[in-house]
Amino acid sequence: MTADTPRIEAAFRGRLGGFTLDFTLDVPASGVTVLFGPSGCGKTSVLRCMAGLERLPGRLVVAGETWQDEGRFLPTHRRPIGYVFQEASLLPHLSVRRNLMFGHHRAQGDTPIALDQIVELLGLAPLLDRGAARLSGGERQRVAIGRALLSQPRLLLMDEPLASLDQARKAEVLPYLERLHAELAIPVIYVTHDPAEARRLGDRMVVMAEGRASQTVDLSPARADPAAAALQARLLQIGPDALVAALQAEGLAPAVAGLTVAALQAGLAPLPAAPDPAVRPADQS
Amino acid sequence: MAEVLWLTLRLAGVTTLVLLVLATPLAWWLARQKAWWKEIIGALVSLPIVLPPTVLGFYLLLALGPRSPLMIPFQAFGIRTLAFTFEGLVIGSVIYSLPFAVTPIRNAFEAIGERPFEVAATLRASPLDTFVSVALPLARPGFLVAAILTFAHTIGELGVVLMLGGGIPGQTEVLSIEIYKAVEALEWDKAHQLAAMLLAFAFAVMLSLLLIERRAGRLRP
Repeated sequence: MTADTPRIEAAFRGRLGGFTLDFTLDVPASGVTVLFGPSGCGKTSVLRCMAGLERLPGRLVVAGETWQDEGRFLPTHRRPIGYVFQEASLLPHLSVRRNLMFGHHRAQGDTPIALDQIVELLGLAPLLDRGAARLSGGERQRVAIGRALLSQPRLLLMDEPLASLDQARKAEVLPYLERLHAELAIPVIYVTHDPAEARRLGDRMVVMAEGRASQTVDLSPARADPAAAALQARLLQIGPDALVAALQAEGLAPAVAGLTVAALQAGLAPLPAAPDPAVRPADQS
Repeated sequence: MAEVLWLTLRLAGVTTLVLLVLATPLAWWLARQKAWWKEIIGALVSLPIVLPPTVLGFYLLLALGPRSPLMIPFQAFGIRTLAFTFEGLVIGSVIYSLPFAVTPIRNAFEAIGERPFEVAATLRASPLDTFVSVALPLARPGFLVAAILTFAHTIGELGVVLMLGGGIPGQTEVLSIEIYKAVEALEWDKAHQLAAMLLAFAFAVMLSLLLIERRAGRLRP
């Protein structure tokens, strides 16, 4: 391995069921990278390509290891990934404990992530001996996350893990996701169309539309500054063009509005001279 | 009478075991293969459902008889013919009951859907490992139904065993033939007894099938 910081480099191009993907990604192999975009923009397809569940021509290198290129395609079961599906997909014939251990037993090499640690991290102790069919949606998703982690992944792929949950269940699982981020040093690709989730969990964000990825946006400054965070949220919600238009409509000079949005997209704090239209309650959805 | 019953149960048992072994890979292939032409194989497997048993029995009689080219390899081992033998009956019953084993197992595999297999793959399970630790346990009700159906269907067959077995006492004479012979010989009491026995057996089979399906439906997530 080189002295450079390890990276995740992906490029997939081709058609998948009436839908064209032309996707490139190059991000550090650390922290949470959010793949953000509307439904049907190809986020899930990208994630499935990274997992080897779909096969498109392209390239995937994770921390110096080539998983796919012209002459090579590692099948899914040989890739050290964890995958959390949108709807919790527990194996229905197994108990929670055996679901959790399914990947753990099959993991190659060291297994530094232990059952006890995951049970504690995700609050699974009371569920261990139940059948997979007898859990609530939030419980099932927590078990699915724990199961993915116990397979000792070097890359965690999460496909809208909260999308199938109602608000209360979301609020139940989100803190666990934040702890995971804080306590385990596994790079995560996190697919979502929810700006609040992207902001809360992401270190950086790749915005997708119609099978393509835009530039990568750094989310960490927006986390530090609440006004910038509010603007960032609107950027995520309505997109750059609509945000420029909205800022102009609120009285900002076109050039300043454009610069503000460009700064947000580059991950910088917005211009302080800007009036703070983003915090007007009417604009919050 | 006891001999006939024993022979019938032995034929049904052996047929069921052979069929479970043969039908499992076939059903898996039919369930997982995506090309349309797999249904050509699917149709061939299902043929015995619509074919008169006498047709099947006739062809099998020719195929397993002493002048059949299919028998040439066996003749090296001193086996001239399989017609009118227990082994021949097993072969006939296996073919005759093939769809009754393949269809429930195939349906059970298909009902699992794609997701559990994808989950297993993302958890490092190889395809063979996935088949053993995910597909087989999730398709268990299908195997139970297949076993019961083939066992019962083999006991109930007449056409194939009559054509291929000829009803030789102790070798190929099974219950259904015994009833047939009893009626022909005007032994009404005996026919009554045997028929009532098979009727009760058939009812028990259908009841247990429905109960299994009910339970499988409840378990499905």
